[in-house]
Amino acid sequence: MSKIQLNGRKIELSNKHSIVTLLKKYKIDGKKIAVELNGKIINRNKYKLIYLKNKDKIEIVHFIGGG
Amino acid sequence: MKKDTFKISDQILKSRLIVGTGKYKNFKETADAVKASGASMVTIAVRRVNILDKKKPLLTDYLNPKKIKYLPNTAGCFNADESLRTLRLAREMGGWKMVKLEVLGDKKTLYPDMIETLKATKVLVKEGFKVLVYCSDDPLLAKELEYLGASAVMPLASPIGSGQGIQNKINLSIIIKNAKVPIIVDAGIGSASDATIAMELGCDGVLVNSAIAKAKKSVLMAESFKNAVVSGRQSFLAGKMQKLFYADPSTPSKGLI
Repeated sequence: MSKIQLNGRKIELSNKHSIVTLLKKYKIDGKKIAVELNGKIINRNKYKLIYLKNKDKIEIVHFIGGG
Repeated sequence: MKKDTFKISDQILKSRLIVGTGKYKNFKETADAVKASGASMVTIAVRRVNILDKKKPLLTDYLNPKKIKYLPNTAGCFNADESLRTLRLAREMGGWKMVKLEVLGDKKTLYPDMIETLKATKVLVKEGFKVLVYCSDDPLLAKELEYLGASAVMPLASPIGSGQGIQNKINLSIIIKNAKVPIIVDAGIGSASDATIAMELGCDGVLVNSAIAKAKKSVLMAESFKNAVVSGRQSFLAGKMQKLFYADPSTPSKGLI
């Protein structure tokens, strides 16, 4: 089990999760977002290769309306 | 006559009106207003995905980024580092190199922090971004942004979202006369006539959000802005008459009975 921070919220993951499976868990379309892990932007092609560890901080962002 | 094209960096835009997509009641209204405005580029923001509400509609479902150019902004960023982080994420998300930089300095006036803005512009240009920069209406700083490689310089008309219109025509005119990159008036436009005035001064374009989104009938206002920008541009190209102190009759006095 690992405790991570996702978009500022503390969450616990019981299984081993890659970025791809985390996105799936939250029903997020991987094509419409960008991911930053511990302050580093992760290239979309690497989502399935990177597994989340304890204390990781992950930010998932998308586009919203703005001026 | 030479065709009047609006070009920012290597992008040719069909409309000189760029619209923001914030403050609308919902995405349907946003999309309708954008359509009515005739804009070919819209500003958008980068925010955290709401992980608790999985069914929340997405802006991209209503405004197809393949049909309309997305210009990611840095709204809400108060220093160079925050805005760089935001725009790098935006580039990762959509692959867009053209971005709007706005580094705010003060929560009350949303006036740009020009020191941080200059710093961020330098880095973004180095990283290959095409940067449209929201800035104060200071002619020297506007020129400095151009030297640093900004693709367009976007001085404010008055504070963001205030609807106070163009407060300093002299500064804007000086900026326009000195510029070799497009000058786009950004922020503070309150009504369609403000947009016409900006275009008559010789601006290359205007960026409008609140004046359309906050109108009672936003879609109608969007169309009004579309016409206002075209009208102002035509008026600028036509070259207006000289002002006279006294009257000058429109009808010849020769042959008067």
